[in-house]
Amino acid sequence: MSVAPPLLAVEGLTKSYGGVHAVRGVSFSLRAGEILALIGPNGAGKSTCFDMLNGQNKPDTGHVRLLGEDTTGRKPREIWRMGVGRTFQITATFATMTVRENVQVALISHGKQLYNLWGSAPNFDRGEAGRLLELVGMGGYADRPCGELAYGDLKRLELAVALANQPKLLLMDEPTAGMAPRERVDLMRLTAQIAREKSIGVLFTEHDMDVVFEHADRIIVLNRGTLIAEGSPAEVRGNPQVQAVYLGEGLLYDAQHREGASA
Amino acid sequence: MAFYVVQFLTGLASAASLFLVASGLSIIFGVTRIVNFAHGAFYMIGAYVAFTLTERLSGAFGFWGAIVIAAFAVALIGVLVEMVLLRRIYHAPELFQLLATFGLTLMVEDLVVLIWGPDDLVGRRAPGFKGAIDFFGQNIPSYDLFLIVLGPVVLGILWLLFQRTRWGVLVRAATQDRDMVAALGVNQKWLFTSVFAVGVFLAALGGALQIPRDAVHHAMDLRIIVEVFVVVVIGGLGSIIGAFVAAVLVSELNAFGILIFPKISIILVFLVMAAVLIVRPWGLFGRPEAPARKTPGLTVNPWRPLTSNERLASLAAFVIAATLPLFAGNYALTVGSEIAIFVIFAVSLHFLMSVGGLASFGHAAYFGLGAYGVAFLAKMAGLPMIVCLLLGPLLGCMGAAVFGFFAVQLSGVYFAMLTLAFAQIVWSIAFQWVSVTGGDNGILGVWPSSWAASPSHFYWLALGVAALVTIALRAMVFSPFGYALRATRDSLLRSEAVGINAKRIQWTAFVIAGTTAGIGGALFAYLKGSVFPDNLGISLSVDALVMVLLGGVETVSGAVIGAIVYKALNIWLVSQTDLSKLVLGGFIVLIVVVFPKGIVGMLEMLAQRRRKTSPPGSPLLAKPIESAE
Amino acid sequence: MRAKNYFVGAAFALLASGMAHSALAQEIKIGEINSYSLLPAFTEPYRKGWQLAVEEINAAGGINGKKLIVVSKDDGGKPADAQTAANELVSSEGVAMLTGTFLSNIGLAVSDFANQKKVFFLAAEPLTDAVTWSKGNKYTFRLRPSNYMQAAMLVEAASKLPAKRWATIAPNYEYGQSAVAVFKKLMSEKRPDIQWVDEQWPPQGKIDAGPVVQAVAAANPEAILNVTFGADLVKLVREGNTRGLFKGREVVSFLTGEPEYLDPLKEETPEGWIVTGYPWYSIKTPEHDAFLKAYQAKYNDYPRLGSIVGYQTIKSAAAILAKAGSTDPEKLIAAAEGLSMPSPFGEITFRKIDHQSTLGAYVGKTALKDGKGVMVDSSYKKGADYLPSDAEVEKLRPKD
Repeated sequence: MSVAPPLLAVEGLTKSYGGVHAVRGVSFSLRAGEILALIGPNGAGKSTCFDMLNGQNKPDTGHVRLLGEDTTGRKPREIWRMGVGRTFQITATFATMTVRENVQVALISHGKQLYNLWGSAPNFDRGEAGRLLELVGMGGYADRPCGELAYGDLKRLELAVALANQPKLLLMDEPTAGMAPRERVDLMRLTAQIAREKSIGVLFTEHDMDVVFEHADRIIVLNRGTLIAEGSPAEVRGNPQVQAVYLGEGLLYDAQHREGASA
Repeated sequence: MAFYVVQFLTGLASAASLFLVASGLSIIFGVTRIVNFAHGAFYMIGAYVAFTLTERLSGAFGFWGAIVIAAFAVALIGVLVEMVLLRRIYHAPELFQLLATFGLTLMVEDLVVLIWGPDDLVGRRAPGFKGAIDFFGQNIPSYDLFLIVLGPVVLGILWLLFQRTRWGVLVRAATQDRDMVAALGVNQKWLFTSVFAVGVFLAALGGALQIPRDAVHHAMDLRIIVEVFVVVVIGGLGSIIGAFVAAVLVSELNAFGILIFPKISIILVFLVMAAVLIVRPWGLFGRPEAPARKTPGLTVNPWRPLTSNERLASLAAFVIAATLPLFAGNYALTVGSEIAIFVIFAVSLHFLMSVGGLASFGHAAYFGLGAYGVAFLAKMAGLPMIVCLLLGPLLGCMGAAVFGFFAVQLSGVYFAMLTLAFAQIVWSIAFQWVSVTGGDNGILGVWPSSWAASPSHFYWLALGVAALVTIALRAMVFSPFGYALRATRDSLLRSEAVGINAKRIQWTAFVIAGTTAGIGGALFAYLKGSVFPDNLGISLSVDALVMVLLGGVETVSGAVIGAIVYKALNIWLVSQTDLSKLVLGGFIVLIVVVFPKGIVGMLEMLAQRRRKTSPPGSPLLAKPIESAE
Repeated sequence: MRAKNYFVGAAFALLASGMAHSALAQEIKIGEINSYSLLPAFTEPYRKGWQLAVEEINAAGGINGKKLIVVSKDDGGKPADAQTAANELVSSEGVAMLTGTFLSNIGLAVSDFANQKKVFFLAAEPLTDAVTWSKGNKYTFRLRPSNYMQAAMLVEAASKLPAKRWATIAPNYEYGQSAVAVFKKLMSEKRPDIQWVDEQWPPQGKIDAGPVVQAVAAANPEAILNVTFGADLVKLVREGNTRGLFKGREVVSFLTGEPEYLDPLKEETPEGWIVTGYPWYSIKTPEHDAFLKAYQAKYNDYPRLGSIVGYQTIKSAAAILAKAGSTDPEKLIAAAEGLSMPSPFGEITFRKIDHQSTLGAYVGKTALKDGKGVMVDSSYKKGADYLPSDAEVEKLRPKD
């Protein structure tokens, strides 16, 4: 037990829509430099949970604390200012601007220069923008219009943008959705490497179990709005409840049968 | 009591004609996303054609047959317009279709006078519905009763059409998600054409049915088009039920409103729309618009500051323009001043529209407020010109600060319509508050001080301010604020996620644009020596939109060219011919077809193509190779 | 900013069109501005009228031997465009004077322009009293009988009616407002016993006639003053007829007897309205006969009131130019003040005191004849008889 508060502490988050509980009493925490995966089948409440963390949605009850400070019910832009970067399931970038300009917008915002009417934006923190793009392997694309990038490159650009405010925490919603298998591995490897180097906590949701089990330090599993399992990839993999949720009764039976057979 | 019942029924009858036209507009917008400015023109042609037919064909069958034939005939014209003109520009930037239909409207207004003559035409009364029915001592025209029944019947038919036919299902699907329907392999072309035909049919029918009540004349279109837009927006875009409810709401509020405030009609619909949009941003029955999926590769021409060569060229152009007084006469200089002022006006709207992605349909409000600001200061406070020029635009700034706050809470067409409503409210204040504003007779005698009185001095003043404003706004595009503004335009979601308070950025942009427009208005007041409610009017707002679209909405400085070309052409045509609307409309339609990216947009594309052909491996072509590394 | 190149190009184009003038010494040019594209129903007959006048003047040897040329411009119904046109006429075309305009606000805009640029302006049509009174200036003259004069003519007849409860319907802009105000004032002076029970102000061009007619009927007036015209009038009359608004009620109506507004009504024409207008078919004076014959011979069409206004505007301008023997504005003013001349309606004079002409109007009653609206029992009212006393006018007009 450490005295310092964890990077992210989620306590008893609950949200219901018209009497249906989308998320019920979810609690977990995340340390700096740790990569935590949030998984669960469709409709488990992952997105709702995720949106309550990044400010897109307000919980009915419960709290989200970042380094001990309550962020519950704050707007996305306020949470970003507290040091949380994020990427979207479907990439959200500034399509008519170049790759560098996309990063520069985030740097401008971080530098609190949004209402600067007279400065030169093209020269704004060009060096830092370049470094961030190099970091995600997009250095050669800086002058490309964002609208003509391939999907995988957009994801990498989003990562660079998310890193622009030197975040303590990265929230990544389905970071590898829509990417080719090789790109997925590349992106997650890159993310993990950056997170460890800069000691950034990463929380991501993901459908691709290969990605999850290969890159997550820890996994939490949601089903029907409640947290049903938490632990290392190996622990979660072995959790029968998780298997039941994910694989269905038949497959669970298969697994037990196989275990029985090997015994 | 009987009086109130009859007044209610009278309101319903007014609602019926409004609904017919509005439903057509709503259907067209819902599916094609075309802001069909020509809808009023189709309404008017419907009335003219029906007039001609009802005068030729005799008897009851002749009359009703003529109404229906007229509607079908105009629907055919609509199909022609859709196939020949609109089909070419569905992929043009948003609102470009507005420009095309605006051009058409201009042409039609002159054409009907050429074909049918200048006189007001009064057609026959409807056979079988000529008289009135007595209701406890009050007379209800039987034709009103016919219209009261017709409204719900048309609503019912449309409902059946949408609920019970495959076509209707496709239309509804397309209203909700155009891309989806396209993806399902539906022939989108013919879906759009048929939808346009149905919409135009309803407009023409609405026009034809006015024959027994109204006079047919060449300004019918303007009388109805704005009101119909308002009804559609109050009801919620694409919602037929909404259009019906809104038509009834507006008509009844008017019918009973005039009993208490006889002068309310002039502004009522706009007050209702502003109230509805502030409380329900998507209209009564509308749904939040799904954010339009940007077609990738559509706008891939990144903006960049001018190179030093281009800067020199601009400076040279400015110097040449500044030498105009050395060889041009007073008239040319005054026209030059007017064009320079419209450059200011156009670049201010361009900043909001192209950089901020907020297309205002009421930008003239701030131009006019600047003009009125000057007039108040000069005439009431008696301040010298230079002080008035500096302080006058502040009225535009204040107006923009107040209205902009509410307007930026909305987006897309709803934003456009709320700005329109605010502009109309300001206009009607200027129009009605005779003791302060002089009403429609305006404020006269706002002439420049002697230092700026000569045409050449005023021209240099206007040119200098226009250059400063253009440079300042251009600099802002490439300032950190400009980047933030473009960011909010491209993706609200992402901009919020990088800590940008999008609404406040947009509000700031609105105030900047409004103040700049006010500067233009202030100069305009001195150029003309007078201020009129026209300076805040819809037609001036539309002029500004046309200038921006003509220049190219996706460019950084297209508005400058757009303003010069449009204004110079307009002044020249009005001076040369009484058919200026026909020629100007034709020119706009031509530009739309030939230059779907606007004049400057097209020039840029040509320049880019030339660049691309010389060095091998353009970014677009190189892309697949590099990403496959 | 390649922009500026176009700018210069456009300027050259404008310049070139402006250079075409180079006024020959043998010509006198008059600049004429009107709302041709916005109000063709009025301005087409008006144009025919002034074209006839130009033809007659030149056939008779022009103005002091010089050929008269009228340069005509459209203002599109916008004051700002009217000023651009005025500027072109004065600066590029070098006209000796400005004439024309229909709408009151355009009349005022051009009048203010004339005052600023020191150009003679003969306003043809705008009715607002402000043109000659509250915003009058030394350079501006007006031909048509003003709002006040028409109201006074109507009041003369209306005050003899027994009706005590009056309602008004007028378009919601300056013209309608001041017409109602003057009518009310003059009427109340003559008949302190009358009551104003309702007023309706539909927006110009956008009347929703059903509710308006109902609202007026609900106030149960004995008489109605109408100021609407054009398409609004058509809608009002149709709704009023159907709903029986005019049955058993007296109606007094501005301008409705003018063929421009009466003819479209055809068989809907209401009977017995007291109106101002122009019954060209029943005027039997030598002056008018001559005009009518010439007009019908040239155009094979009957004249509207606009034809008279257009014709007399140019005739008046020519008379002023002829008397002045110069195009100097000061001399033109001196010549025009107090100048009398013939017109199809008889002799008229441009008053020195307020620059208003004494052209009058016909007042009569509407009637339906062979499915067409006509004016009957009409008589000509001389403008001079319906203007306030000189002392009152002095007070109304700002000192030059």
